[in-house]
Amino acid sequence: MIKEKEQTIILKKQPRIIGSYSIVGPKEGKGNFGRYFDYVMKDDCFGEDTFEKAERKMLESAITGVIEKAKLSTKDINLMIAGDLLNQIISSSYAARMYPFPFLGVYGACSTMAESIAVASVLIDGGYFDNIVCCTGSHFSTAERQYRFPLELGNQRPPTSQWTITGAGSCVLSLKGEGPRVTMVTFGKVIDWGVSDVNNMGAAMAPAVRDTLLRHFAATKTKPDDYDLILTGDLGKLGSEILIDLMDDEGVTLGANYGDCGQMYFKRQQKTLCGGSGAGCCATVFNSYIMQKLREKQYKKILFLPTGALLSTTSTQQGDTIPSVCHAIVIEA
Amino acid sequence: MEDIKRNEAYNRYIKEKIPKTKAWPSLFNSFWVGGLICVLGQGINDVILLIFPYLSQQSAWACTLIILIFIASFLTGVGVYDQIGKFAGGGSIVPITGFSNSITSPSVEFKSEGIIYGICVKMFTIAGPVIVFGVVSSMLVGFIYWIIGLFI
Repeated sequence: MIKEKEQTIILKKQPRIIGSYSIVGPKEGKGNFGRYFDYVMKDDCFGEDTFEKAERKMLESAITGVIEKAKLSTKDINLMIAGDLLNQIISSSYAARMYPFPFLGVYGACSTMAESIAVASVLIDGGYFDNIVCCTGSHFSTAERQYRFPLELGNQRPPTSQWTITGAGSCVLSLKGEGPRVTMVTFGKVIDWGVSDVNNMGAAMAPAVRDTLLRHFAATKTKPDDYDLILTGDLGKLGSEILIDLMDDEGVTLGANYGDCGQMYFKRQQKTLCGGSGAGCCATVFNSYIMQKLREKQYKKILFLPTGALLSTTSTQQGDTIPSVCHAIVIEA
Repeated sequence: MEDIKRNEAYNRYIKEKIPKTKAWPSLFNSFWVGGLICVLGQGINDVILLIFPYLSQQSAWACTLIILIFIASFLTGVGVYDQIGKFAGGGSIVPITGFSNSITSPSVEFKSEGIIYGICVKMFTIAGPVIVFGVVSSMLVGFIYWIIGLFI
């Protein structure tokens, strides 16, 4: 491990992502990535009596599914790193009690997928673990209930609001086996530029991407053109436009190789305003479409940097601004 | 200090960037849906008076409100009212049907937390402030009415 600059780690052993799995709800299944997902649920309840239990079951099936897809058994897994959006990350910890391996809970809001992969690859690179499962997910109905209004309330959504994805994604990292390699990791700082509108998460999170992106480019001496794809998590339509402007001010042009999972997630007629959001947003896109394209070598080198808005309902009600974090990982086919 | 300036500049920039809601189409939709609900209420009232001609106007109004509240609650339960709300905005929030929706929707939503901690506690999370302001403002109006009465 060479510590290049304060926040970026260049991995020596380059752990491989040997398996990935994604499960989504019916609305997500009809979106742009529909045919790439491993499993599309028939309804949002997933055969459970509450949405929280459905979210937990989604995570369980993602974990079981990915272990199977990586052709391993639960005995081969040394550690599970997972997180979600619910208070005290209950979906992850309750899902973890099903399995015989240790559990490390992480919270990075919607950046949890990159955070868990980053932590896992550093742990594997350090030689402490062989196989690590990373998992995260979110559910539209549980998130709405925790952060916003009841589902059946007849209110209008502001034009900047986004749609929380119902879905979970998981992957297995290992030194043995075939698959794309994680080569660099940049852990992000918490950035707050004073945005307090909870219906405009994209604007709150864009400065965090800017910060991590600039630090990553400086530390690795790369530029946007060195990557086949620069993929942010859930900035949404407005947020990614803001990011392009912010980077432009810094003299960095994000061109056709830049994309945002949230913005691309849904078709226009699905009426999700600024696009998808939530921990499951980038997790499901990354573990389905992106991984497939990496395995097929259509993408050779990608920069994946999802963002998380680290707010809670209490901080919002007290009028606080929204701090955000963005972790970046570089994956090479 | 520099941070504050940067944040202010950033917030100004975002304000310009945010897509604006088109006021006229949404106002139009609110107007005609809201109006339709009122016409429906008047219709119910007239029908009640037709069937029960000896009913006082006051009692007919009460019956109308009960029926409107029931309809809105029912539509909330079957998942239609939020669709109307998405389309009509204020038009379906302001009439009593919106109030009914704001009480029914959390009740349905928090059923999973049990009757007491779920339904009963959460029932007034949205309607609660409306009730508080309603009571407080009627007290104020009553007080003003009483003071005026002293001088006339």
